[in-house]
Amino acid sequence: MKHEKVEKNIGLMAILIVIAISFGGLAEITPLIFQKETTQPIEGLRPYSALELEGRDIYIREGCTVCHSQMIRPFRSETERYGHYSVAGEHVWEHPFLWGSKRTGPDLARVGQRYSDDWHRAHLIDPRSVVPESNMPAFPWLEVNELDGQLTAKKMEVFNMLTKGSWHTDEQGNEIPLYSAQDIAAASDAVKGKTEMDALIAYLQSLGHALK
Amino acid sequence: MSTFWSIWITVITLTVIIGCAVILYWCAKDKMGVQEGESMGHTFDGIEELNTGLPKWWVGLFVFTIVGALVYVLMFPSFGGFGNGLLGWTSADQDIVSKQDSINRAATSTSQYQREMNKADELYGEVFKGLTHDAQGQYLPVEEVANNTEAVKVGQRLFLQNCAQCHGSDARGAKGFPNLTDNDWLYGGTGDIIKTTLMEGRKGNMPIRGLLSEEQLDKEGLTNLTSYVLSLSGRKVNAIEAQKGKELFGTCMGCHGADGKGMQALGAPNLTDNVWLYGGSRKDVETTLLHGRNGVMPAWKDILGEDKVHIIAAYVYSLSNEKE
Repeated sequence: MKHEKVEKNIGLMAILIVIAISFGGLAEITPLIFQKETTQPIEGLRPYSALELEGRDIYIREGCTVCHSQMIRPFRSETERYGHYSVAGEHVWEHPFLWGSKRTGPDLARVGQRYSDDWHRAHLIDPRSVVPESNMPAFPWLEVNELDGQLTAKKMEVFNMLTKGSWHTDEQGNEIPLYSAQDIAAASDAVKGKTEMDALIAYLQSLGHALK
Repeated sequence: MSTFWSIWITVITLTVIIGCAVILYWCAKDKMGVQEGESMGHTFDGIEELNTGLPKWWVGLFVFTIVGALVYVLMFPSFGGFGNGLLGWTSADQDIVSKQDSINRAATSTSQYQREMNKADELYGEVFKGLTHDAQGQYLPVEEVANNTEAVKVGQRLFLQNCAQCHGSDARGAKGFPNLTDNDWLYGGTGDIIKTTLMEGRKGNMPIRGLLSEEQLDKEGLTNLTSYVLSLSGRKVNAIEAQKGKELFGTCMGCHGADGKGMQALGAPNLTDNVWLYGGSRKDVETTLLHGRNGVMPAWKDILGEDKVHIIAAYVYSLSNEKE
């Protein structure tokens, strides 16, 4: 191929550039998709309950990821404050990941069980009531909005679909879905009458449970 | 990592580095048959392109990055499962399967993270140990550590980082979060009990309607019981209401005692001292009675470790006890 041809044909050059920069991804990303560490859950990881799953969607809706990360890096300065560093095996069922990329507030990867439900309630309704120097916005409407549970079962089915794979098996090696048919059938009732606040707190209290 | 993926990574990595060298060589070669400095035979807007070689400094940088990359891939883990490079470096043990696995491996791990932790442990672990242990390596009583100004200072730092979110930076608490400075204790205020509270956490449980039925605690019953509860701490209430409320207090005695002075073994508050965790207004007390309360103190054993908990316990003890 003549150098001149590449210089004079911008489309061809674009394709060649994409090929050139994809080598990095091929070496660094592709193998990770097939590694045990990134596809198998660590011991003790459990799927979200129906209420926690709804809470997770509130977390996404309210944009919590904009200010809170869920990724503790392996530095002492982080683990002293937040707990054990995050590992890939904790996130194998996350769709999408909620790692975040910026910390205006603290990391939440292991915030579960670190504060009481009452504290979270007070803090979400009025952050300044418990942490005077906090600059977090208040989310008082969560306490008012009730969940209708209409889509909870559907969400579980979608999670089943997304986490389809051979790693989640019973003793005989048969693949079992993340949520059983009973889980899905009971989902709507499990969240009915609960507020968005209940759901979000349940979700927050579940964070990091597998590596406490 | 399987052999296939290790080969995959190795081949791509080395091909790219060597490929860069080949491309540089290929581009630098004169393929046009035009002398250096001569015209390439075309002009744009009157500007003529001359055949000019790549700048020397630029070629130098390019060669430097190639050599640098080769050195780097030899020193650091670059070939998948084929070794960790000449420096044997790893960032952290990403393949742990549980907390226990992580703890087991910490003793022998040479990851950067573990080395950082070990170094800090040598430096600071001794400080925490020195403040909390006697010469025989036994824990000093919390009350004794509370007399050590240095330890109390350290304890305050730890308190501000970990406890102030609920109990406030002045440790005076907030509604639902106990004041730690008033020497009024739900579970007891000896050094050992404070330490147990910190280590294991606590779960308070005021049941809904105080275990009374909905009929018993109807609107009138609630008013009467609230009046009685308020009367226990010497508040002025309607005497007839309080008299009727006393009859309902029977089920409350199981935890709060016949005299309403509470029971520290259960964390049941003393109702006679006019200290109110969830507010002492008539409305607050009614809310507590109707809906119950579930106060939770999280466990700090696994987060902070026993030495730090011991120091914080000493700080908390010092808040409501004069130095001896």
